[in-house]
Amino acid sequence: MLDKPTGDDLLLAVLHFLRNEAMPLLDGAAAFKVRVAANALELVHREIKGAGDVEAAEAERLTALLNQNGTIDELNRVLCEAIRSGRMDLSTPGLPEHLWQTTLDKIAIEQPTYATYRSLMVQEKDEVQP
Amino acid sequence: MNTLQPNLEQSLLNALKSCFGKLDAIENLRPLSGGAVQETWAFEAVAQEQRWPLILRRARGTLRADRTYGISLEGEAALIRAASGESVPVPHVHYVLKPSDQLGDGFIMDLIEGETIPRRILRDASYAVLRQRLAAECGSILAAIHRVRVDGVSGLEARQPRETIERIYQDYLELDAPGPVFELTFRWLFDHMPEDIGELSLIHGDFRNGNLLVGPDHLRSVLDWEGAHYGDPHEDLGYLCMTSWRFGAIDKPVGGFGSREDLYAAYEQAGGVKVDPARAHFWEVAYTLNWGIQCAQMADQFLRGADPSVERGMIGRRRSETELDLLRLLNPGGFNAG
Repeated sequence: MLDKPTGDDLLLAVLHFLRNEAMPLLDGAAAFKVRVAANALELVHREIKGAGDVEAAEAERLTALLNQNGTIDELNRVLCEAIRSGRMDLSTPGLPEHLWQTTLDKIAIEQPTYATYRSLMVQEKDEVQP
Repeated sequence: MNTLQPNLEQSLLNALKSCFGKLDAIENLRPLSGGAVQETWAFEAVAQEQRWPLILRRARGTLRADRTYGISLEGEAALIRAASGESVPVPHVHYVLKPSDQLGDGFIMDLIEGETIPRRILRDASYAVLRQRLAAECGSILAAIHRVRVDGVSGLEARQPRETIERIYQDYLELDAPGPVFELTFRWLFDHMPEDIGELSLIHGDFRNGNLLVGPDHLRSVLDWEGAHYGDPHEDLGYLCMTSWRFGAIDKPVGGFGSREDLYAAYEQAGGVKVDPARAHFWEVAYTLNWGIQCAQMADQFLRGADPSVERGMIGRRRSETELDLLRLLNPGGFNAG
């Protein structure tokens, strides 16, 4: 068994170091690169936390939608081929829901500050309020 | 940043003699940006009492740029000169580099002071007045760009809508990174293909917030002409309204600062074609998809080691932004449907 701190704990420590210690000492291109590096670590952190669940759920939906088994990559290629050939489209039951869920799960890990995503999340919150 | 820099000042001094007469020095030479293909330097040419702030735009190194498509830098200089002839705000091009200058491919133009950083243009108080009329200014400038006629620019392609979409599709197939949202979007594009047009117009190809240099008064200069081609004038109108170029201000479709109504009205008033909103929408979808494919291409460059920078890898992970925008464009009622 590996000791603690975990990889994710250490990653967060590096992130903290970059943002709070390294970045204030830098300017220009170096500051920009460190900011990008810190953003990358933050993405990795979200991926470590969330990718397993998100990809398992995506694979489960794909299996049901396509009625076949395979890796997530294989199933996505089968779905792409079905759309390309016109066998599936937005009128296919379950497909729009699958695409929305997959895309929202993906962007929550990759670009959660993207304005389109944030506006949809706000909209959703407003709608559940009485 | 460039091993050739020690010689760069001397080479510039020699090259510029033909247009400025005797110069004493090149001063304050500094890199502004180094793209994957091209680099941009700012400097001042100095002669006794005078000082000219200038820009050098050239292909990296002294080798000729290796590009599969797009126009050359000489071509870009010719386009900027032609655009100036139609009163498009662009810098004066002083000089196009020759092989004997040993500076690579490129040209030298005036440096125009102003702001290009989108978030500042959208948020700084000093641009509050400009923001009110910027969409209209974009409309009249696009009408002027679409009137430009220029001959003899190598690589300046003429493409009907279907040819442009097929070009994007080819890029996508070559990449072999398929995704269901991109597949749906291609089906939609082929199903909604606009008819051919009689006479194609000059299209800027990258007219967006980020490539517009502004002052508090006006749009002062249109930058980055390397995506220019002859095509459907609605391409530029749709492209300018992509969510990706609104930089957070998504309720203002034109670059995050204005309305489509203002853009279209000014475009028509300045002599542009009658705007067909459905056609502009088609291109907004097409170029959102194209940007997503470009993100995926950058992921591929990172993975192949062609550009292993963190920045390149991170842009690769922005494909999902375009997938979300495409879903919203194609299936607006679908959110919360499940």
